[in-house]
Amino acid sequence: MTTSTKPPQREEQHKAVKLFPSRLVTAPKGVQGPYKTPRNHVFRDHRKFGFSNIMLVLVVLFLFTPLFVVVGYSFNATKGMRWAGLSLVWYEKLLFGSAELWRAFGNSLLIAISSSMVATFLGSMAAVGIKWYKFKARTYIQITSFLPMVLPEVIIGISMLIFFTAVKIPLGMFSIFVAHTTFNLPFVFLLVSARLEEFDFSIIEAARDLGATERQTLLKVIIPSIMPGVTSGFLMAVTMSLEDFVITFFVSGPGSTTLPLYVYSMIRYGVSPVINALSFVLILGIMLMALSFRRFLKTIAASS
Amino acid sequence: MKGFDVTVKDVSRAYGAFKALDNVSIEIKKGEFFSLLGPSGCGKTTLLRIIAGFDSPDVGSVLLDGRNIIPLPPDKRQVNTVFQNYALFPHLSVYENVAFPLRLKHIPETKLDTKVRDYLHLVQLDAHLDKKPSMLSGGQKQRVAIARALINEPNVLLLDEPLSALDAKLRQNLLVELDHLHDQIGITFIYVTHDQSEALSVSDRIAVMNQGVVLQVGSPYEIYESPATDFVARFIGETNLFPAVVTKCEAYDKYFMTTLEIPELQAEIKVTDYDELKQGQQVSFTVRPEKLKITGHKPSRVGKDINLFSGVVEEPIYSGFQTKYYVRLDNGTVVKVQMQHTNYMDEGPDIEWKDQVYVSWSAEDGYIVEVIDK
Repeated sequence: MTTSTKPPQREEQHKAVKLFPSRLVTAPKGVQGPYKTPRNHVFRDHRKFGFSNIMLVLVVLFLFTPLFVVVGYSFNATKGMRWAGLSLVWYEKLLFGSAELWRAFGNSLLIAISSSMVATFLGSMAAVGIKWYKFKARTYIQITSFLPMVLPEVIIGISMLIFFTAVKIPLGMFSIFVAHTTFNLPFVFLLVSARLEEFDFSIIEAARDLGATERQTLLKVIIPSIMPGVTSGFLMAVTMSLEDFVITFFVSGPGSTTLPLYVYSMIRYGVSPVINALSFVLILGIMLMALSFRRFLKTIAASS
Repeated sequence: MKGFDVTVKDVSRAYGAFKALDNVSIEIKKGEFFSLLGPSGCGKTTLLRIIAGFDSPDVGSVLLDGRNIIPLPPDKRQVNTVFQNYALFPHLSVYENVAFPLRLKHIPETKLDTKVRDYLHLVQLDAHLDKKPSMLSGGQKQRVAIARALINEPNVLLLDEPLSALDAKLRQNLLVELDHLHDQIGITFIYVTHDQSEALSVSDRIAVMNQGVVLQVGSPYEIYESPATDFVARFIGETNLFPAVVTKCEAYDKYFMTTLEIPELQAEIKVTDYDELKQGQQVSFTVRPEKLKITGHKPSRVGKDINLFSGVVEEPIYSGFQTKYYVRLDNGTVVKVQMQHTNYMDEGPDIEWKDQVYVSWSAEDGYIVEVIDK
């Protein structure tokens, strides 16, 4: 673009202009016909070692190195941090010698799914009720429903523990289920509320107008159109429940160890490479789920 | 003619102290394109919602083909609605939106498919069957809504300001299409709008409403040329409207030549009218801007039936096919005059800003609006 005949000062100016490219780029000398602005004109920082690329690599490394380390050591032949060769011994131990671990995993799944289902049901109903009906305690309920989300988990855990002992509910699977339902509620409520915010009431009238009875309107129009919010609320609740440690720690009892609790107890006696193996299995499982859900999630996003 | 006739009988509806409808009665004929026209808050949408079944009147009845439909829920009325904001089901594709009413009736799949495709063809949406409503433009959404409302083969189609969310050009096109659809299907259309030009251009008859009351029902031509009240005269199109007092009324040809004294114009003017009016009666006088003639020189023929004023052009507004002049008459009153440019203009309009002009109109071109009670 710049020719050697131009004085250096002009060249500097030219560069400065290029930093803020306008759409009115005049064609360089010698170019005939319509002149298109060169591609990447706006995003100039495409140098290999530019600031943004370096940051990108650093952040990715920071996030994923620990995972790779865990996965790597899961194939180590010995227990220590010293590399002693490839081996599947920890996977063997995970699959065949860790009945306790799998029972904890089963507990976690059972609680995650049951508490999420109840939380989704209650949270969705609460969101619908608060959006569609006007009553006295409306704002009060709206504000208090967010409390479990902002309170430190330790406080919720302790208060739950005090509550359960006070009303003599034995600590165990049931108390964990109640606790998880409680802290999952606000998340479902929030997600469904957000969905309802865009809900167009005239589609209810449209459905009635087109011949749907009240029941058919509920089943074929209202529920399907808020379903994306309900589904994402449910998935969120499952995730939160599966990974919760602090609250579960306070309200669990004998025989109701969940996976996070079990892993924590294993770590107390030194890190067992079985955990590394378990991590890799979980990573694989979640990746598979994410990939297979991608289409499904995309259609949900498209319909919203 | 297909479709049902709709009779609205003494319907009133109040929301607290606000009277949305005050003893409204309208008779809509079979197969008619009938418009409810009025400013926002005049009760036209409330009336439509009562016919559709989303609202019920405090008193009065709505007869569909002679049968009172007020006790029926919306899904049991042979009436379908096209909503202002389309009200498409966001979770269903275009095809499924239109198929929705048929699926409720458990129509067999093959029959359903041909019918849905037919109706989507009718509104020219064959290429968008699988799209979700969120992927459509405003005009396309409205077409889906129309197809969905028609597929049930209703006897009356209600349209609630269906074009108000669209831009001007598209609105014109869809309006013409709606008119074609009406000719093709032949059912009764009840069209709610606040846009007088929409109503004038497609309706068979129009009901002009204001503050919950029907002011006038008539053909577009009747409503434009012979407004029943001051409000109708002002709301439909543009006009020059003055309060006046009858000073003389005498027989003239088959009509009556009435002389009005207009305080605002400080002059007496002449109007021919069908009715004989009493001396001293309070009326309103209206004359449309396009019926006034504007000339740079004094018109040569000044007969008994010509009203003539002189003034100065205060503001010319040129819009291609016409120029609208605001002329300040010598007595201080401003009148609106429209001049159509029917001939090719080489050097622009003859009459320009600050020109001294004459404004005249024939006694036949004015109209007396009787003031009923005020």
